[in-house]
Amino acid sequence: MSAMFTKAMARNMFYGGTVFFILLFLALTFHTIRQIPQRIPGETPSPEVARGKMLWETRNCIGCHTLLGEGAYFAPELGNVYKRRGGEFIKVWIKVQPTKVPGRRQMPQFHFTDQQLDDLVAFLKWTSEINTENWPPNIQG
Amino acid sequence: MLQLPYKSQAVAKPYFIAAIGLFVGQILFGLILGLQYVIGDFLFPAIPFNVARMVHTNLLIVWLLFGFMGAAYYLVPEESETELHSPLLAYVLFWVFLIAGVLTVVGYLAVPYATLAEMTGNSLLETMGREFLEQPLPTKVGIVVVALAFLYNIGMTLLKGRKTAISMILLIGLIGLAVLFLFAFYNPSNLVKDKYFWWWVVHLWVEGVWELIMAAILGFVLLRITGVDREVIEKWLYVIVTLALVTGIIGTGHHYYWIGTPGYWQWWGGIFSALEPLPFFAMTVFCFNMVNRRRRQHPNKAATLWALGTGVMAFLGAGVWGFLHTLAPINYYTHGSQITAAHGHLAFFGAYVMVVLTIISYAMPMLRGREVNPERAQVLEMWSFWLMTVSMVFITLFLTAAGILQVWLQRIIPDPQAFMGVQDQLALFYWMRWIAGIVFFIGLGVYIYSFFAKDKPETVPTGEVQPATT
Ligand code: HEM
Ligand code: HEM
Ligand SMILES: [Fe+2]
Repeated sequence: MSAMFTKAMARNMFYGGTVFFILLFLALTFHTIRQIPQRIPGETPSPEVARGKMLWETRNCIGCHTLLGEGAYFAPELGNVYKRRGGEFIKVWIKVQPTKVPGRRQMPQFHFTDQQLDDLVAFLKWTSEINTENWPPNIQG
Repeated sequence: MLQLPYKSQAVAKPYFIAAIGLFVGQILFGLILGLQYVIGDFLFPAIPFNVARMVHTNLLIVWLLFGFMGAAYYLVPEESETELHSPLLAYVLFWVFLIAGVLTVVGYLAVPYATLAEMTGNSLLETMGREFLEQPLPTKVGIVVVALAFLYNIGMTLLKGRKTAISMILLIGLIGLAVLFLFAFYNPSNLVKDKYFWWWVVHLWVEGVWELIMAAILGFVLLRITGVDREVIEKWLYVIVTLALVTGIIGTGHHYYWIGTPGYWQWWGGIFSALEPLPFFAMTVFCFNMVNRRRRQHPNKAATLWALGTGVMAFLGAGVWGFLHTLAPINYYTHGSQITAAHGHLAFFGAYVMVVLTIISYAMPMLRGREVNPERAQVLEMWSFWLMTVSMVFITLFLTAAGILQVWLQRIIPDPQAFMGVQDQLALFYWMRWIAGIVFFIGLGVYIYSFFAKDKPETVPTGEVQPATT
């Protein structure tokens, strides 16, 4: 690199550039957070949805499935599963696991109560109604 | 015995050894995962896929952190021209971190995740069950405590000594790593906000502050190996890290396309993340430039190879494979597919695995009291370089092929097929990925063996009288 461009100049560019883009990112973040309530069903998640999310997390569902395209790629997308299958199917599905079909990918049995199954479905329904800019491209996720 | 420039650099050694040990564990679980992809009930219900995956990814992160810390303990005293503030603290932290890490993995394997959450007080502050951030609360707190004490130790060393650009960039990267991890404790019940800030740990680590750590390590090693002027190297480093943060911070937006955040992120994220390959490209050019302009022929050929390899593979994995799916109209189809997995593997390997193996290759011989490894050990190490690198390229290519087919069958054709049916059709590629994984594992075995390899005694030309053995 040319001698005209000194190390001190490079350093200043680093600090200046970094601070500028952190501030810009914070401004965009501020705006995004204010927009989110209009992009989700209801202003804030209900207690059932919050409980469902806690069940989703403490069973580590994300370790096999994607949710809105994020997670593991071993099992189907669940961000839109409520629309694909409906609440009743989801509950029955979870109850009858594992399928024990030889060689097929297996999902564990979680021993949920009926209340917990309702909470999970509430969470998945809520998630399926988020405005995701039309992702996924089709119902298969 | 060769003397280290500063005695306290020796604390790096256990960190590097632990890193390599955990690396082996990571790959073993990767092989389990790879088999479960094709033999769905393999090890079920003893080790369900999600458990093996947590072990695989968390071990990766933990061993890279061991590598970064070891690198800092080795590099900062030498750069600062002073002994480490407290070697004792560094040893204590080593054991705390290792024990916490091992206990966490044992916890994953020994009890159901929900039980682990209950046992460890997840209800006090719900942080578990998010990808990469699966650790129980005590482990997360432990990580923060270790990180703070580590930063204190490194910071005090820097304060009393010479402050070079290399060590300043490393320190800023490490502080950023610790500060951003605090977002692991923020988990609102609003999934959109949860995801938004989850990326502040994940993306801002690998496409932000970790790039600073990587640049500093590469700069340090290249400075020693090539003998190029420090001014030149440090100027390069500032350019690289400027490019990294200027593109990478707003580039976070490439994860905000489809998670409920406003549509404008398709522009912000797309444009800035499309520029994210620049810092990686700059690192490639930097590595080759410095080696070409070298003022000395360093006898550690293996370390030079790792450094050049890092420059190339990081650009391929992060730069090229990242660019491949970063623009919103493409990501709309590839999001959360095997393409993502392909990129994740080559990027993590090319950038962070390889940079840690670079500093280990450079520092470990001296930590073991010799200037360089014997010739045969270096040759074996270079073999392991090629075995691991080439097999990782194949893992990436097979996953990319699987990903293209997956996207085609499941998301593009007029009558899209269901996920599980599509997966069955990809089995051939998953098998080939697994075989490439076995080759990777062999490469890792050769790597470890190279630490114990000694030069064979000179062979005596035939025809000469050989002394009788006693
Ligand atoms: C023997 C070699 C390996 C095999 C067979 C393997 C296999 C796998 C599998 C099957 C997954 C889960 C994908 C899913 O979620 O469905 C995975 C995830 C992952 N592995 Fe590996 N792996 C190997 C080596 C490595 C190495 C060397 C690294 C680090 C450089 C690595 C880093 C990761 C990461 C970061 C993820 C998460 C990916 C994502 O979320 O996109 N793996 N691996
Ligand atoms: C060394 C640096 C990098 C590493 C270690 C890395 C690693 C990863 C990993 C592990 C994921 C999957 C995250 C998940 O589990 O959901 C991911 C996603 C992604 N990365 Fe990177 N990455 C790096 C650099 C880059 C760069 C430079 C770009 C762009 C040019 C990029 C573009 C992307 C995109 C677009 C996704 C989202 C994929 C999706 O929608 O499913 N990455 N990266
Ligand atoms: Fe990213």
